[in-house]
Amino acid sequence: MPGKLKAKIVAGRHLPVMDRASDLTDAFVEVKFGNTTFKTDVYPKSLNPQWNSEWFKFEVDDEDLQDEPLQITVLDHDTYSANDAIGKVYIDIDPLLSSEAATVISGWFPIYDTIHGIRGEINVLVKVDLFNDLNRFRQSSCGVKFFCTTSIPRCYRAVMVHGFVEELVVNEDPEYQWIDRIRTPRASNEARQRLISLMSGELQRKIGLKVLEMGGNAVVGYLQCFDLEGESGLVVRAIGTACTLDKISNTYAPASAINPCNSSPSKDTKEAGFGEEAPGVPLSSGPPTPLRAQTFSSFSPSKSYSRQSSSSDTELSLTPKTGMGSGGSAGKEAGPLKALLRQQTQSALEQREFPFFTLTSFPAGFLLHVGGVVSARSVKLLDRIHNPDEPETRDAWWEEIRQEIKSHAKALGCHAVVGYSESTSICEEVCILSASGTAAVLSSRFMQDGALDMDHRFEDLAPPGCGFCHIPYDELNMPFPAQLTYCHCCRRFKVPDVLFTTIDLPTEANVTGKGCLIQARLCRTKKKAQGEGNATAISNLLPFLEYELHTQLMNKLKLRSMNALFGLRIQISIGENMLLGLASATGVYLTPLPSPGGIQIAGKTPSDITYEQHISNMQKKINDTIAKNKELYEVNPPELVEEVIGSPIPEPRQRSRLFRSHSESSDEVSELDLSHGKKDAFVLEIDDTDAVEDIHSLLTDAPTPPGFYSCNTEIMPGIYNWTSALQMFTSVRVFRLSNVNLTNQGLNKVFNDLCENLLKSLYFKLRSMVPCCLCHLNFTVAVPEDELIQVAVTAVAMSFDKEQTLENGRQSCDKTLMKAITENEEQLQFPLELTAESSSNPLSSAKGLSEVSGALPSARDRCSSWIEQLRLKAHTIRRGSIKTMSSLEKASPLPEGRSRSLRSNRSYAGGSVAVVKMTPLSFIPGTKIIKYLGIINMFFIRETTSLREEGGVSGFLHSFIAEVFAMVRAHVAALGGNAVVSYSMKECVFMENPNKNQAQCLINVSGDAVIFVRESELEATPPQPQSASTQTSSSGEGT
Amino acid sequence: MSVELDVFVGNTTIMDKEVYQLWLNGYTVNDAVKVRIEGGVMEECEASAEVLLSDTMDQFRTFQMCERLLQNPAKLANQLLFQIPPDRQAMLIERYYAFDDAFVREVLGKKLSKGTKKDLDDVSAKTGITLKSCRRQFDNFKRVFKVVEELKGPLVENIKQHFLLPDQLARDYAAIVFFANNRFETGKKKLQYLTFQDFAFCAGQLINYWTVGAVDNMVEDMDVDLDKEFLQDLKDLKILITDKDLLDQHKSLVCVALRGKTKVFNEMEANFKNLSRGLVNIAAKLTNTKDVRDFFIDLVEKFIEPCKSDKWTSTDVNLYLTHYTNSAHILDTFKHQTVWTRYMGVIKSCILRMYHE
Repeated sequence: MPGKLKAKIVAGRHLPVMDRASDLTDAFVEVKFGNTTFKTDVYPKSLNPQWNSEWFKFEVDDEDLQDEPLQITVLDHDTYSANDAIGKVYIDIDPLLSSEAATVISGWFPIYDTIHGIRGEINVLVKVDLFNDLNRFRQSSCGVKFFCTTSIPRCYRAVMVHGFVEELVVNEDPEYQWIDRIRTPRASNEARQRLISLMSGELQRKIGLKVLEMGGNAVVGYLQCFDLEGESGLVVRAIGTACTLDKISNTYAPASAINPCNSSPSKDTKEAGFGEEAPGVPLSSGPPTPLRAQTFSSFSPSKSYSRQSSSSDTELSLTPKTGMGSGGSAGKEAGPLKALLRQQTQSALEQREFPFFTLTSFPAGFLLHVGGVVSARSVKLLDRIHNPDEPETRDAWWEEIRQEIKSHAKALGCHAVVGYSESTSICEEVCILSASGTAAVLSSRFMQDGALDMDHRFEDLAPPGCGFCHIPYDELNMPFPAQLTYCHCCRRFKVPDVLFTTIDLPTEANVTGKGCLIQARLCRTKKKAQGEGNATAISNLLPFLEYELHTQLMNKLKLRSMNALFGLRIQISIGENMLLGLASATGVYLTPLPSPGGIQIAGKTPSDITYEQHISNMQKKINDTIAKNKELYEVNPPELVEEVIGSPIPEPRQRSRLFRSHSESSDEVSELDLSHGKKDAFVLEIDDTDAVEDIHSLLTDAPTPPGFYSCNTEIMPGIYNWTSALQMFTSVRVFRLSNVNLTNQGLNKVFNDLCENLLKSLYFKLRSMVPCCLCHLNFTVAVPEDELIQVAVTAVAMSFDKEQTLENGRQSCDKTLMKAITENEEQLQFPLELTAESSSNPLSSAKGLSEVSGALPSARDRCSSWIEQLRLKAHTIRRGSIKTMSSLEKASPLPEGRSRSLRSNRSYAGGSVAVVKMTPLSFIPGTKIIKYLGIINMFFIRETTSLREEGGVSGFLHSFIAEVFAMVRAHVAALGGNAVVSYSMKECVFMENPNKNQAQCLINVSGDAVIFVRESELEATPPQPQSASTQTSSSGEGT
Repeated sequence: MSVELDVFVGNTTIMDKEVYQLWLNGYTVNDAVKVRIEGGVMEECEASAEVLLSDTMDQFRTFQMCERLLQNPAKLANQLLFQIPPDRQAMLIERYYAFDDAFVREVLGKKLSKGTKKDLDDVSAKTGITLKSCRRQFDNFKRVFKVVEELKGPLVENIKQHFLLPDQLARDYAAIVFFANNRFETGKKKLQYLTFQDFAFCAGQLINYWTVGAVDNMVEDMDVDLDKEFLQDLKDLKILITDKDLLDQHKSLVCVALRGKTKVFNEMEANFKNLSRGLVNIAAKLTNTKDVRDFFIDLVEKFIEPCKSDKWTSTDVNLYLTHYTNSAHILDTFKHQTVWTRYMGVIKSCILRMYHE
């Protein structure tokens, strides 16, 4: 009997009127876990019932504890007919299973009904007593911590990064079962919610088992997705990175630079690049050809028509190769040893089936080199899942794709893939599976014990901030044509001219100016088709779509005078008659990389004068835009005297080839005669209708209004002095295309305008926060119906102080780095000690600096944060004194309706609701996360049969999203937290039928519940709340 | 081709004060957009009309969703659906319960019934305030009225606590509730020159000194109903005008005190008996509900108008009333000193407030 779950129902408030006659409700509660159900007494005639139930105890296996949610149903008692359900609360008790997370769940939860939405609130108390179970063959994995955050969580230290974990479970979708025809929509929705909750619990448990097997204790970058395959079933799948994490405790002194925060500046150097020692490193068998991995259309035996189109487009270099040095002798001195090291790392990685990491930012010294983006897509035909216990088909599909990704990475001279993610798009029975990541070379430091010492020897070889840009592949045997130059920072190693990645910008990277969001948007019509024909049509379209998305990205990057993309995410959605492609990334100017050339327009028929004029006009417009952008993003790289590198290879008049796996594309590309004009200019020929379209879309991108910046990554290069003003938001738009037959071009414009207008609206909404940056702008597109396009955005707007932005970026970057160090010091020691030590501390000067930047938050800020902390304390106290409180409440039963004034007095004596911040980022500026309370992973369905009455589709979705936020906040608050970090809305499926006055929506959200405190308070008070909470709650355990 | 669905939801609910006011004023989305365009937001923020429309619709929808909570402000503080900072909550509530002076003058003292609500379109047409806004204001009055009607304790405090209103607004509502309960006539032509604030001030005076609550503070309706016993006692004041000696004595005392101190001495002397009769008669009649309703009109007809026609200044009125009140205390055959003070204190401050020069 490994666990005892205890639940207590305290009270309800704001309940709906269930009895029209008395305008009151006779409410009682059913508490269900597994197959056991308890009931409270009926609390008659009240909208604010005080049940004060006994502790309901469930004795259960920990396997069930992980899989099952606690299900609380509030009902209205009816003597003559069936009891009416008011609503439900599902509580995931997983956070209580880890000793380091929450200890008690206590608070007000919204009572949710899938038809009516939130109907009042219920106050619940939940605890778990776990018995130790050392059974080796156990099926549970209690205690494994899960994090959505795609970096090492802030108050932990990575001891080992074990690698990729994945799991997938399938089931029949209750919505499509025969029984659905006879049951109510409510019953069907609830069955679905419950099933998905169960499946995600099971999934998490299974992944936890794998982690334990690997010797880890946590999953970082946990990404769980649902595939609603309709008739063929329901798939829940998850990927993550298994790690061994150590909580940074007060007594622990970090021995080495492991966490980015831990590293002191002197140690913050990185290992020398490996990529330069060209010969001697055995790459994958056979020379990588530019056209790799063209596993083209072939019928797989499993009836699923599969076709994979994939591309590893690191450098879409459309420029001719100029000089390519025969260099690469740089890292020679350390050659043999390094080779050895590399082999060591490689072997460490090769032991793993998939050397993939879902992390997007890394402990210092982990990420050595970045090769470029690798991606793979595959079109599948769905068929019914016959045996839910054997999800082999789906597993095999993903396996195939992962293998492909792995081989792409290999071809780029990389042994690992970082920033890895997987996604699907489903339309009827066709499904596109996509995976993408960034090929990289990693240090063995976190992957093998004992490798630590060896690493340190080479640390000072490559300067920080440029090492990761150095090419990892063999330059004489390049996987694709690229223009290499010597790194502009260290001048020792080669770097590519452009770099695309799916990861976040490394904190130590050398960046000039600011970054900005770059999006490529594309729409392609498709004929309606069925089954295999449809799949073929889609896979035929995919290569074109990807090619054009890349061209757009490249153009837009050049237009902003930038040379690298971070956080690249390409989403392709299928509809019945169109394909949508949306690529988002954050463009930056990486100082080590060469400056990008301009864009040059070339006409094909230069005889016509008006035509010439037209071209020169366009050229002028483009040049102006580039100049303007340079100013806007402060991209003023130091002018460098162009050095001649090695012996330049005579211009081969080579037509640049876009490296991609679709052979078709080479025809288009060859039209671009790249020997024209300036050496580094990017040429667009406008005879080509595509090019006209490109130019058009280039120039129609409206600039962000003054005071606004945007990016889709965690941090915005060039902005460091965030204030604490924070606004997370979700915005959804659905656009109906008229039934006029649209051309590709028309569709493109519609789609482009839709995205642009959405951004404009966001800027307008958030204008009061200026100067501000929209961070982690995450767009999701979908084609819910024939003529509908849906765009959903979740992001956070963060204000910053203007004064400092003008300051030299590098300097303030140093500052933040130092600040991070001092922060860490504070975290490691009691602040009192710190002040005492600071005189002898070599970093005391750095502390001074950090205070300069730390002194910025306004008084109001400090005040509010002070209040927050008070609340926090109050909360812990409340949690500690549960017993006394409840007995007090029992002692004063308040009969309803005797005195109205008394009743309403009590309702506001309940106090205001604690503020819970939400952000898609892994941190909250100006604060320190002191505790992770567990993962939040919630799935909701909302349905209405009175769409008009609820304010139409907008009114319906608006209240549903607000309800989802409210439920997330309530759960976090009940865990004792005050924020959700790494929040994301992973699914928002909206279906409507206005003729029937009906609509349905499914939303899946996730994130990490945390407790944060303001940095300013940390200086003043030791980290008490944490210890206090554990102490008090353990003392309260005796109840 | 059209935007079918367009929503924006922030973790902290975003609310623009200006748009909120437009919503409260009962504008349609399109009218609100027009007003905003004229206000020049577009140039300020480089926005297009489309963006403005989307923003306005979105906020109107948010306000609509919040309205249910605003009708029960105590709920706003502990609801979970919208995360709104406390200062914003206070702003939302205050503005929701704010009312137009023009509107309140129309319904002040009227029964807050369905019948009155039906006539709101006339009020709307007369005042130029949208019908929607009129309805909101009317419903607010009615809601506050309904809630405090059955509560014990001081009226202003109850309103403050239940509707979380700032002090001044709570006092205004207390006046509205008080007027509605006693159905004071405020709409007559002769009373048109008085503002709502004039009435609110008088209501405050009446509540503080003439209601049951002025004596006992734990009775239901203590601040809404006038003290019946006191009204009964007022009848005794009649002696001041029915007893010839007393009246003459009173007159001479006042005349002695005022001689040489006012320019309108002669007029005062000539009018003394009339004025005194007027004030005492008002007092004596207050036991009739009908006469309570006419309280303000009586004050104007019996006292303010005669003084006005004799060109008294406020100072004159003040001087006269002070001595008129005090002199009665010196009359040795006059036994009703407490009642007299309680009555005249309120009458004096009301008249002074209502006496516009």
